[in-house]
Amino acid sequence: MTRLAMPAPFTDTLERRSEIVAALSAIVPGEGVVADERGMRPFECDGLTAYQQLPLAVVLPETVEQVSRVLAYCHENNVRVVPRGSGTSLSGGALPLEDAVLLVMSRFNRILEIDFPNRAVVVQPGVTNLAISKAVADRGFYYAPDPSSQIACSIGGNVAENSGGVHCLKYGLTTNNVLGVEMVLMDGEVVRIGGKRLDAEGYDFLGMIVGSEGLLGVVTEVTVRILQAPEIARALLLGFPSSEAAGACVGDVIAAGIIPAGMEMMDRPAILAAEDYAHAGYPRDVEALLIVELDGPLGEVGHLIAEVEKIARDNEASFVRVSQNEEERALFWLGRKAAFPAVGRLAPDYYCMDGTIPRRELPHVLKRMRELSEEYGLGVANMFHAGDGNLHPLILYDANVPGELEKAEAFGSDILKLCVEVGGVLTGEHGVGVEKRDLMGEMFNEQDIGHQQLLKAAFDNKHLLNPGKMFPQLCRCAELGRMHVHRGRIPFPDIPRF
Amino acid sequence: MAVLRPENEEEVVRVLLERYERGSPVAVVGSGGKSGWGETVAAEDSLDLSGLSGVTLYEPNELVLSARAGTPLSMIETLLAENDQELAFEPMDAAPLFGGASGQATLGGTLAANVSGPRRIKAGAARDHVLGIRAVSGWGELFKSGGRVVKNVTGYDLSRGLSGSWGTLAVFTEITLKVLPKAPDSATLVVLGLNDAAGVDLLCAAMGSPWEVSSAAHVPAALSANLPVDLGAGGRALTLMRLEGVGPSVDYRAEKLRALAGDLEAVLVADTESRALWRHLRDASFFAGGQGALWRLSLPPLGGPRVVNSLKAAGSFRHFYDWSGGLLWLASEPGSEEALAALMRGTVEREGGYATLVRRGTTSADVPAFHPQAPALAALARNLRQNFDPKNILNPGRMG
Repeated sequence: MTRLAMPAPFTDTLERRSEIVAALSAIVPGEGVVADERGMRPFECDGLTAYQQLPLAVVLPETVEQVSRVLAYCHENNVRVVPRGSGTSLSGGALPLEDAVLLVMSRFNRILEIDFPNRAVVVQPGVTNLAISKAVADRGFYYAPDPSSQIACSIGGNVAENSGGVHCLKYGLTTNNVLGVEMVLMDGEVVRIGGKRLDAEGYDFLGMIVGSEGLLGVVTEVTVRILQAPEIARALLLGFPSSEAAGACVGDVIAAGIIPAGMEMMDRPAILAAEDYAHAGYPRDVEALLIVELDGPLGEVGHLIAEVEKIARDNEASFVRVSQNEEERALFWLGRKAAFPAVGRLAPDYYCMDGTIPRRELPHVLKRMRELSEEYGLGVANMFHAGDGNLHPLILYDANVPGELEKAEAFGSDILKLCVEVGGVLTGEHGVGVEKRDLMGEMFNEQDIGHQQLLKAAFDNKHLLNPGKMFPQLCRCAELGRMHVHRGRIPFPDIPRF
Repeated sequence: MAVLRPENEEEVVRVLLERYERGSPVAVVGSGGKSGWGETVAAEDSLDLSGLSGVTLYEPNELVLSARAGTPLSMIETLLAENDQELAFEPMDAAPLFGGASGQATLGGTLAANVSGPRRIKAGAARDHVLGIRAVSGWGELFKSGGRVVKNVTGYDLSRGLSGSWGTLAVFTEITLKVLPKAPDSATLVVLGLNDAAGVDLLCAAMGSPWEVSSAAHVPAALSANLPVDLGAGGRALTLMRLEGVGPSVDYRAEKLRALAGDLEAVLVADTESRALWRHLRDASFFAGGQGALWRLSLPPLGGPRVVNSLKAAGSFRHFYDWSGGLLWLASEPGSEEALAALMRGTVEREGGYATLVRRGTTSADVPAFHPQAPALAALARNLRQNFDPKNILNPGRMG
């Protein structure tokens, strides 16, 4: 395993561990505090399993008051805190720290209110993404963002990571579908932001909190907007002789004024792996496969399906199939949805990347990725949210071969740098976490990161909440708090640049 | 009183750096159309951004456009229209509410105020369409946030976070937006004669249907005659539901919506007239050129009619609802300004909303323009302001 530089533990905290555990147990009695190694083991990592660390203690609060008292205690005693939802983060956002309390929100699992006329649902943060849709399905409603982990991931985690999903091209990310939150600040103060209305007065704190990766506060309640499910959804399965042709088809669909509910692309290695695994009927003789889903009123979807089909044929599609019923539509998706486990059969381990690029750069990026694959001697399979340019290359490696993980990580870094180079970004939906924090300098200069730090310091000026995430380590602004690096006149010029 | 008019980003940095060092504030101005919205800025000099103009990137197939902050929206909208695209959040043109000319608004001012139109309920607000920004903070330092792609969670979303901050945290110099295809066709189903509560109930039912209503407004009888299109409503209230999309889809959904409205009397307004109606509602044009107090309430949709009922006892006013009832524009009649102001905040808070005094009229200066925040939130806002503008040089006093 590669060594990950995390903030040096507060030795004082480590020495006072039993005292801190006792204080926390007084706030959250019963089984709300876990401090033995066996009990803490399940919490040592999140979805980014390459890194593990036991926390100082695990705390599972049940009430807002307990969250507030835990945070106030930690604030007063300079104890770091790492919040955690379901632990499905792919960027290590919930990776524990040796000297930090892991605040696990899984007991906040109740749906508090369903308000159909105002189209809002109020839930506790531990409720899973899918549970919201299930709770309103009897009246034909659903919650739109659908990250692939939706069966397990919590809405609190979705807020922290601004989670997306295959349908966000048309329906937006978490940030576009959350109306309000109740949040506890690091000093224990409880704030309510937004509500069952479309705007919040004053600064847009809601916009700042969504996607803040647990560095600004601990969310204790979320109000989301729900939508009525479309009358019908239909999908096209389209095969192309080259990724260029598939990319051109995507561009032409958008240029025709059509915004599909989802538009997914897979490259040849991903197609073959998925077909071998799921037998979804994918063509084996194409270089790129597109799944285009259109949803909406009956009168509209039929019209648009025909238009997309024509655009595909104009772009040399060698395989065209239109779903005739729900069963067939589900089958089209089956391969794509099973793509991760399918690729998992190709190699002992894979490393999932998450950059976004301008769509038109796709052929160039795919070509460059194939070259990198040869240089590193590691295979790569590509899945791509083609509509919005979000790439998910899966790098294949074997962690038992010494040096392969490091090689996979270096390959991954090169891919993300490539994304930035062509005008894209480091992460489309998985978050920065620990995984990409040291690449932030590829996208942002010191002043850019310095201003992000100003936001952090307004919420948590002691830097106790989820340290070591999102911001580069050894970043000169990382420990500044309210002080600001001003035009290069920095207090510690000997700290190396990242 | 000096007007500083930088021509480029470097000059904005230079001006603000110099202001930072002297601790000398400026009023940040685009075209000045919304200068009357919010509190008066405590600064002698102004920073006029109209010199930072021009579209710097437009790739229709990537659905992305970048422009300098002082670029007139009209220029952007014309360019987009040539490619059958638009700004889906339908930015409001607020200047006529303050006696200004229409069509002058800048991109920077639009985002600084986060003003969105009727389609906001389906397409999102101005801030939902910002992909990236370049800005200069009160430190006189240039920084960027976001990027040019839709799907991006790299770092804090400062682009979104600075939207609606009224130039008090940083001055935008360049903005990158998501643009969208313009619907080729539209229509509006107008139901006649409903009272406020029934009208808003119908709007909520329509928004909760699968018929993809893109805007939903209710205009009570007192204002219905002032619309630019004669609907033959004979002075009755109007409940309006807009449908946009390809022709066959609009027709199909119009039939479905009619069925939803049941036996209620309704007329279907076709594309051109529909656009004129929503433009009028977008700009709250009923109240353009007026002088009296004008309130803008944001609240859960069903709460609107209840707020109106509670306020009726205190004074007289004219009002209409947008956003399915969740946005309530309310203009005090002369003589009722103080009485309404006294009740306003408490009444709207009980319904889970807030109220902005958009145009003060003769309302006492003691009534804050922006809704007072809970103490913990106000403290957070102070921290943020202190961190981004430590010497209070950007629009001091604008947000109270």
